[in-house]
Amino acid sequence: MTYLSNNAQTIPSGFRKVLYLNWPLLLLTITIASVGFLMLYSVAGGSFSTWAEPQMKRFLLGLGVMLFVAIIPIWFWRNISVLAYLGAFGLLIAVEFFGSVGMGAQRWIDLGFMRLQPSELMKITLVMLLAAYYDWLPPEKTSRPFWVILPVVMILAPTALVLKQPDLGTSILLMAAGGGVMFLAGVHWAYFAAVIASGVGLVAAVFQSRSTEWQLLKDYQYRRIDTFLDPSQDPLGAGYHITQSKIALGSGGWSGRGFMQGTQSRLNFLPEKHTDFIFTTLAEEFGFVGAFSLLSIYMLVIIFAIAAAIANKDRFSSLLTMGIALTFFLFFAVNMSMVMGLMPVVGVPLPMVSYGGSVMLVLMGAFGLIQSANIHRPR
Amino acid sequence: MKRAPKDQDRSHRVLSRRALLLGGVQLGFAGGLAARMQYLQVDQADEFRLLAEENRVNFELLPPARGRIFDRNGKVIAQNSPSYRIVIVPENSDDVEVAISRLRKLIDIPDEDIEKAMVDIKNSRPFHRITLSDQVAWEDIAKVAANAPALPGISPEVGLTRIYPQNADFAHVVGYVGPVSDYDLSKMENPDPILLTPRFQFGKVGFEAKLEEQLRGKAGTKQVEVNAYGRIMRELGRREGEAGGDMQLTLDADLQAYTQARLGNESASAVVIDCETGDLRAISSSPSFDPNLFVRGISGPDYRSLTSDPYRPLANKTVQGTYPPGSTFKMIVALAALEEGIVGTEDTVWCPGHLEVSGRRFHCWKRAGHGHVNLNESLKGSCDVYYYDLAIKVGIEKISAMARRFGLGIRHDLPMSAVASGLAPDKEWKKQSYDQDWLVGDTVNASIGQGYMLASPMQLAVMTARLATGRSVTPRLLKSIDGVEQPSGAGESLGMNENILRVVRRGMYSVSNERRGTGYGSRIVSEDMRMAGKTGTSQVRNITAAERAAGVIRNEDLPWERRDHALFVSFAPYDNPKFAISVVVEHGGGGSKAAAPIARDILLQALYGGTPPLEAYPKADRSRIKALQERLQREQEKAHQSSLKDQA
Repeated sequence: MTYLSNNAQTIPSGFRKVLYLNWPLLLLTITIASVGFLMLYSVAGGSFSTWAEPQMKRFLLGLGVMLFVAIIPIWFWRNISVLAYLGAFGLLIAVEFFGSVGMGAQRWIDLGFMRLQPSELMKITLVMLLAAYYDWLPPEKTSRPFWVILPVVMILAPTALVLKQPDLGTSILLMAAGGGVMFLAGVHWAYFAAVIASGVGLVAAVFQSRSTEWQLLKDYQYRRIDTFLDPSQDPLGAGYHITQSKIALGSGGWSGRGFMQGTQSRLNFLPEKHTDFIFTTLAEEFGFVGAFSLLSIYMLVIIFAIAAAIANKDRFSSLLTMGIALTFFLFFAVNMSMVMGLMPVVGVPLPMVSYGGSVMLVLMGAFGLIQSANIHRPR
Repeated sequence: MKRAPKDQDRSHRVLSRRALLLGGVQLGFAGGLAARMQYLQVDQADEFRLLAEENRVNFELLPPARGRIFDRNGKVIAQNSPSYRIVIVPENSDDVEVAISRLRKLIDIPDEDIEKAMVDIKNSRPFHRITLSDQVAWEDIAKVAANAPALPGISPEVGLTRIYPQNADFAHVVGYVGPVSDYDLSKMENPDPILLTPRFQFGKVGFEAKLEEQLRGKAGTKQVEVNAYGRIMRELGRREGEAGGDMQLTLDADLQAYTQARLGNESASAVVIDCETGDLRAISSSPSFDPNLFVRGISGPDYRSLTSDPYRPLANKTVQGTYPPGSTFKMIVALAALEEGIVGTEDTVWCPGHLEVSGRRFHCWKRAGHGHVNLNESLKGSCDVYYYDLAIKVGIEKISAMARRFGLGIRHDLPMSAVASGLAPDKEWKKQSYDQDWLVGDTVNASIGQGYMLASPMQLAVMTARLATGRSVTPRLLKSIDGVEQPSGAGESLGMNENILRVVRRGMYSVSNERRGTGYGSRIVSEDMRMAGKTGTSQVRNITAAERAAGVIRNEDLPWERRDHALFVSFAPYDNPKFAISVVVEHGGGGSKAAAPIARDILLQALYGGTPPLEAYPKADRSRIKALQERLQREQEKAHQSSLKDQA
């Protein structure tokens, strides 16, 4: 049953599409972004123009992108999935050769008005491609070895490139999100069991390879793992971030010190306080109540997305919605884990809150896809 | 996709089931995050609040003491001396600018220092100590200490700074430290946090740079509790750093000082190597410079005068400078020919003063020719034609292979900056570099160490030591780290036939000890110290046929930079080689006149372990030598006294 054969008149058209937006999801998104503006304002020491203003402009641009993506029928997006994936993949290869060098890693292409990180784009296009793939694949073939290997290659090719940049955080996200979509599509349990087993093996190999010639990670990545396991080992290097982050977070207590009351001098200890470590500011100023609320709002996004996915009878739409929700979840779960000392510092921002253009725009585009799936779902 | 509705329903059920499952896992994870939040922010909140609020925990880095450098006898080459400075820790100061302006009312600090410090403050983490003023007088320190309450964040401090008590003598070998620059940091991935301390002293050049990691040591950390005003309340914990390793070099400071003085103001270099162990006893390059100037950052005009000097004082010519080895290369050609059995020791070649090779005339340095010469005479008189003839017969491949066996054209891995590998050319090399075939003329040029041949003074000294011992002596500069002896450079046997080596050594003996030998003028007469040497004069210009017809222009009449390089290599004592030496005087003219006397004087100094008795010199020279010795001693004393004054 195609969309067109589905009675087309039930699909809203023109401005009526706006009425069919998933409004709760949109409002939650705006709420989270607003929390971000507040925190950026506070982190900048009460300066609006430093971070909050540019972030707001990007968010408005993002809203535009979202609406634009949303009103385009979802089958268009399904049809260009392969192209989108290949495009993002090409850009990833391009940054290998032409990308600017920032923070010791090649990650972005300078577009003039903003810096585009193809790895961010890849997070969404990979999910799109996998959703389209499983939409196309007859369900009975889902667990056959050949049809399992194919999507694995689709996941691993960009992951390898991102790992080479090197960006450990993004490569973890790519693999987890890709694996998640495969799981949702119904790939047999045994494959995941095997992957987890070999994953354990790989971790062992990573540690075994250390300081040999074929060392798998860069030295600084090993050091991050070391300091994660024992932050006191390097109190002034990377372990410093974790220790300071925990102190700031913990000192927030139940209800926090109040907006703008976080002792700025101490927050100066944190190097990326407006990006990866912004959660500490929130937790210090609004305490457990604030931090828990943000987590709850994030989880509401996930819950609404899952509900939308289940309600949607179109396979591509529901896989895509779930995949994007999973990616979004991985963003904040990994970020919060690392800030709270549950995971090594791998450089993943807090979605919609951390300062940064690429992630914001890509996520808004992704929400646009969810909305499009919602508007154009078979009724 | 056309699919049976039943099929689609089933796959949607699978999807929904798994979506709920995955959602459950996500919720569970979120629950874990919430539990962690509760643990940190509710259960442990009091503890963290305590850490955060009344008393803040500060980390301080304790800079490690940099490893010292000694000569082989324990004389200090580089050490650390206390220096008073005034630092500010920005995070402990409520208002950095107010604090600094108060400080400037108290003591005098130049504007540029403050400007530099402000840049440092902007670019570093707030807990770093930023130097406001270095080398501060004691009275000023006392003033700052007395007014401490009015100057939050500012404190006087005793730090360590590097000094080089031997001044210019070891500048090229040891190099110097200087403040870490952004450029230095950009070359490192994940630099040691201590390097981020503004103006941390860091090895820039030479030994200091090559052994930076070992010399630096490890920074310690101190955890202190400070109150809201940044005053230290108590120390919570301290982890001592590790001081850098103390290094002992194989060099002999006294010999080094003598060598440096003996080279004087020439653009020259000398290397003395211990034949038995490969220990480098002196590595001198002149003119030199004072490394202490670089430690706190050299001034622009001083630096420009060093870089614009045509004698290139900053270059370590002993390893960095490569020269055509000239006639000092003839031993290698002789060895190659003897080993191949192409020539017997008594076979003679007729030298009419030139040799015709494929239509081109190659001249001997002696216009009139040497007549019939055998191997011994060819070395003694340094006959060029003899070697043209030999080289054509042996071929360049054998010659270059022999050169490499004797340490030419290969890089000796020494902990100094820009160690050059020189060049022992062969057919393949020329093909690759110039895409041209090797010509017989190239071989002829190479036979007298001209053309493409290039060697550094270090390589020439190694070659001579290998000749003297027959072993593959390897130069060694680092004697021990923290008392742990480093591997010796004595080396294995080169596998040369001893008779062949003996013949060549005998030829070198004749150069220095027989009348009409090119080095006879600079011989040693004490019986047990006799030396064996070889002169070399390498051209840096082409002599045209027209010039040759009109009479070759004498070196003295040429501008400095077009004169020949003067070279001399030798070892002594002849019977029981102890030291080998190479001396290169850039554009010094003839090797026998410009380089040999220097080599002889340095060798004697090394052999006697101090000023040699005049009896070691030929009778006729003694009064002149005595005057020279006295002059050098006066100069060294004067330099020593001025350095003592500097340190005081």
